[in-house]
Amino acid sequence: MTILTRDFLGTYHRDVHDDLVFKALADPTRRLLLDRLFERDGRTLGELEEQVPGLTRFGVMKHLSVLEQAGLVVARRQGRYKKHYLNPVPIRLIYERWLGKYRDRQVTALLDLKDHLEGAS
Amino acid sequence: MTTSTITGTQVYQLYINATQQQVWDAITTPQIVARFFSGARVEGTYQPGTQIRTVSPDGSQEWGNNTVLESDPPRKLVHTWRSLYDAGMAAEPESRVTWEIEAMPGGYARLTLIHDQLEAAPRTAASVTGWPYYLSSLKSLLETGHPLPPPPSRS
Repeated sequence: MTILTRDFLGTYHRDVHDDLVFKALADPTRRLLLDRLFERDGRTLGELEEQVPGLTRFGVMKHLSVLEQAGLVVARRQGRYKKHYLNPVPIRLIYERWLGKYRDRQVTALLDLKDHLEGAS
Repeated sequence: MTTSTITGTQVYQLYINATQQQVWDAITTPQIVARFFSGARVEGTYQPGTQIRTVSPDGSQEWGNNTVLESDPPRKLVHTWRSLYDAGMAAEPESRVTWEIEAMPGGYARLTLIHDQLEAAPRTAASVTGWPYYLSSLKSLLETGHPLPPPPSRS
């Protein structure tokens, strides 16, 4: 019998969860929903529906469910309403795991150059 | 990049490969809080109605002096929040932080942090978006024994 250690399960769980996050982000409608929540957090399904014209209520619900499974959106009931909040922690964890190790001076310098050229700073 | 409109409630959630009790202990034990929260020195018993006082590692600056509103170990901790390390933020009204810890199947814990009542505290609301870093550091500490390195400065 194979004994799975906590460590192994931890790594496995993390990989599966990273998959969910990348898949959730790999869709323009879902990225749009996240952008709208970034602009104003805590919206109801109805309010989010208005932000995505051309998509049915069911379609918005389906996208929200993918975002919730990935942990990128957390829904909380407040009185009569279910409100949706952008949860930035999964993206932070991906940053720490995949990008943090590459953040040396050269990368930062290139990003600064990009910001400068694009007039962002 | 579009700027964010400050709303009164911020929600952060993550899964930690640790038990509900381990997460509770980590957020209510001053020596452990220090490890994932910038070396903060914490004084407090985490009993309802008592204060949690937080000072800088060298003790020279008061970072916070918050009141425990509710304590339901190992599930829920609610306390006030006011950032005292900055005069502008210290002048704003108190906000509220709720830690919810749920036991998940497979021995995991789900930690949800809700920072709300921020409507009248825009400076605080803009600054506490640093929660993802501290929560990631707490996760790292519980899962690997090491907190995250200090965040890089891009200046």
